[in-house]
Amino acid sequence: MATATPTKPVSDLVEATVRFCGDSGDGMQLAGTQFTTTSALLGNDVATFPDFPAEIRAPRGTKAGVSGFQIHFSSTEIFTPGDTVDALVAMNPAALVTNIGDLRDGGILLVNKDAFDKKGLEQAGYETDPLEDGSLDKYKLHSVDMTKITRLAVEGLGLSQKEADRCRNFFAMGLVFWLYDRSLDPTLRFIEKKFGKLPAVAQANTNALKAGFNYGETVEAINTQYHVGPAKLKPGTYRNIEGNLALAWGLVAAAQLSDKRLFLGAYPITPASDVLHYLSNYKNFDVLTFQAEDEIAAVTAAIGAAFAGEMAVTASSGPGIALKGEALGLAVMTELPMLVINVQRGGPSTGLPTKTEQADLNQALFGRNGECPMPIIAARSPGDCFYVAQEAWRIATKFMIPVFVLTDGYIANGSEPWKIPKVADLPRIKISHPSANGDEFQPYERDERLARPWAIPGTPGLEHRIGGLEKANITGNVSYDPVNHEKMCLLRQQKVDNIADDIPLQELDGPESGDLLVLSWGGTYGSCATAVHTAQKSGQKVTHCHLRYLNPFPKNLEKILRSFDKVLIPELNLGQLNQVIRARFLINTVGLNKIQGKPFSVIEIVNKINSLVG
Amino acid sequence: MSIESTLPVLKPADFASDQDVRWCPGCGDYAILAQMKKMLPSLGVPRENIVFISGIGCSSRFPYYMNTYGIHSIHGRAPAVATGLKSARPDLQVWVITGDGDGLSIGGNHLMHAIRRNVDLNIVLFNNRIYGLTKGQYSPTSPLGKKTKSTPMGAVDNPLHPLSIAIGCEATFVARSIDTNIKHLGAVFKRAAEHRGTAFVEVYQNCNVFNDGAWEYAKDRETKDDTTLELEHGKPLIFGKERQKGVRLHGLDPEVVELGKGISEDDLLFHDERAAEPSLAYLLSRMRYEDGFPEPIGVFRCVDRPRYDDEVNKQIEHSLKDKGKGDLDTLFNSGETWTVE
Ligand SMILES: Cc1ncc(C[n+]2csc(CCOP(=O)(O)OP(=O)(O)O)c2C)c(N)n1
Ligand code: SF4
Repeated sequence: MATATPTKPVSDLVEATVRFCGDSGDGMQLAGTQFTTTSALLGNDVATFPDFPAEIRAPRGTKAGVSGFQIHFSSTEIFTPGDTVDALVAMNPAALVTNIGDLRDGGILLVNKDAFDKKGLEQAGYETDPLEDGSLDKYKLHSVDMTKITRLAVEGLGLSQKEADRCRNFFAMGLVFWLYDRSLDPTLRFIEKKFGKLPAVAQANTNALKAGFNYGETVEAINTQYHVGPAKLKPGTYRNIEGNLALAWGLVAAAQLSDKRLFLGAYPITPASDVLHYLSNYKNFDVLTFQAEDEIAAVTAAIGAAFAGEMAVTASSGPGIALKGEALGLAVMTELPMLVINVQRGGPSTGLPTKTEQADLNQALFGRNGECPMPIIAARSPGDCFYVAQEAWRIATKFMIPVFVLTDGYIANGSEPWKIPKVADLPRIKISHPSANGDEFQPYERDERLARPWAIPGTPGLEHRIGGLEKANITGNVSYDPVNHEKMCLLRQQKVDNIADDIPLQELDGPESGDLLVLSWGGTYGSCATAVHTAQKSGQKVTHCHLRYLNPFPKNLEKILRSFDKVLIPELNLGQLNQVIRARFLINTVGLNKIQGKPFSVIEIVNKINSLVG
Repeated sequence: MSIESTLPVLKPADFASDQDVRWCPGCGDYAILAQMKKMLPSLGVPRENIVFISGIGCSSRFPYYMNTYGIHSIHGRAPAVATGLKSARPDLQVWVITGDGDGLSIGGNHLMHAIRRNVDLNIVLFNNRIYGLTKGQYSPTSPLGKKTKSTPMGAVDNPLHPLSIAIGCEATFVARSIDTNIKHLGAVFKRAAEHRGTAFVEVYQNCNVFNDGAWEYAKDRETKDDTTLELEHGKPLIFGKERQKGVRLHGLDPEVVELGKGISEDDLLFHDERAAEPSLAYLLSRMRYEDGFPEPIGVFRCVDRPRYDDEVNKQIEHSLKDKGKGDLDTLFNSGETWTVE
């Protein structure tokens, strides 16, 4: 239907970045998601960055209430949601003032003129109307009466003015869809599915969407359409996926691949709550979710479930992980397998609940009393969360140990095209539970990896007691013997170290030696990869090393680090990995640190690379 | 053939682990342990299907002394550990062993939620009105004015009453017993074990090292008949050595009366552990020795309500029935997908 024969010139682009921003009630996240889905269906590679305020309802029209959604879409492979914005949609003055800094010179600016009244301008702190005072001259400004046109488009459907105004985001979407030559079909399907039971609302949103599209088509002022063709992705069937969904699916998959039931103990916290939400819907996958009274109950219930023989998981974010600390010590002591997911956000304390940060690495490494080592794996992108969940569970069960999984708000809410795997191709996770063999059962007897047996209640002859007090090796009896304690601390550490024999050697993106190694972990993958590619294209001898395994490190890491003149470690914290690398290897590294609640832009890393290798 | 008849008959000794019991000589915990070991064989539940979960405190060492499965967890969190275990494995019989400090101070939150969810657990709270393991600080059940190491001038915090709390959390089974009243204790444990849902049992336990004699009035041969009252379902509240005293209602308040002198059994309050409303159980939980009342022992309340562990597993069954067993390939390919050739 909607894609009429173009009447205006279409200009081809390799890639573009669009940002929708407005009040948090304006439906910007929906607009962004729809644009993303449509672009992905067109075959673009996409990367997104939703950015919303912590206050659910800050006063309307204020800067505190601005919500944004950025989409980078491309006909080539991309790894980040884009540094600067090519087209910005601002639904009100507050959104304009807080986002305009990211619009590139000459970029397209679409604003809802109706919101630029006296009150709106005041709330945003404008003394003069930016639409008239010339301050936006360096952009292609289109101020559109979005509210008025939307009201007209939905007239006669019996909607209240408030309901009518709520369709504004569909108008804005329609206009941007036209601008970038996107089909309306996926969004029309979405409207049908979502509002099918409310015909007037469905019709209104449809009308608004088409009105936006037709506005672009007919209005003289906007005279070029842009086209970004499909990317050459590996053959396969794709979908767009967010990190938290990929993580939830990865957990369900891990449970099936290991013939286990999944038990999630969780207490709501941003940005981890969606893991609980998603999994709560998968009861027919034999998933049991427990919304506990607090994080301590969430993790201890998971310990109970682990003892029971389930695939036990707890998911939270920094403050919640802090509460779980004591229980994680119990999990380490009892040597039970389980997963502890930390979807990191800005800290300390409640910090920046909706913004991203990678500052909980120290917490994962050291945030418990006593010598309490835990393996740590970090996801690098939304789709990667799927695989990280399975890898973590493989390690947890093979070594009988609780494993930390780190993601962050940026990965959790961001999305990317994901090549849908076939379940039959995923590696199975083998687990065995002992049964009585006539000998006296020794709950802390160890195999060659030092893992103890996972004996579960209900098995005759294997009755045993575990707990937080130090245990004698082999027998598992309570022991205060000083020598035994030291031995057990060493054994628990050795168990973690042994994992290095079981994980792949570190791979590199670039030559094995050179002037500079960019060492990264977690969600900074995309910016670092893109920056290193840029450097490599300009002839610099720069290689990228992205860590998935943070404890233990891959066995060849030290050799890699020593093969470069300089090592740069960009992190969204004050240098936590940097400190570990320096302490461990006595290597003089350079940190690049940012803690603004935002991911790195590519240019920040490129600039740093240039300053180091000239 | 029923499965039971093929089970080996267990003896109390079969429930004893090989660990030395390390409570202070004379501690009330010994008697409680002994009654548990004695009672369990009567249930016909195989040893491997029984799990003891505890928090931290003297009493919480309990699981180490039982030859069953067990976890000695962390301070106050046993109800949460047990909730995870029991939700995952409703087939197991799960006991929670806790103290007045463990259960009501640090773990008050978890205790409250396990009870209101009605997870099928048997929670035994050893109440010695003191912190034993940390050597004698006052606990949430210590009386006002209690002098301890941390309250040299006397405690000014109002005490909590475990059964009132449990009833306030909508407990479906609430009972009380006394460490030295061994027959009664065993019988209460058995009833708790047989209850489907959270069974909350308070045991008056003597810490002879840090709070000796806290319950002397309820244990002393001379006084116990006047200071305690054994509850029986459907029977009037009668107590006293000669069973000459009773409790009746005066308006909404209980009052102690002498039988005879124009007052007959029929004038007394009758116990109804199955009352739908918890008001009677609550009233009983508030009768205190220091206020001139006998303190009830036995089962205060025993009613049926859906159990958390049962319900969550039913939801899984229903979902399986409604939607069929989830297929991951279908799930992954749901929604908007596209194919790259
Ligand atoms: C997080 C934490 N805080 C404090 C303690 C110290 N601690 C251990 S047991 C206990 C009190 C136990 O009292 P109660 O539950 O009455 O048990 P009892 O020893 O009297 O049987 C305390 C405060 C601890 N183990 N963990
Ligand atoms: S301190 Fe008290 S409660 Fe603890 S073992 Fe000794 S007597 Fe029993």
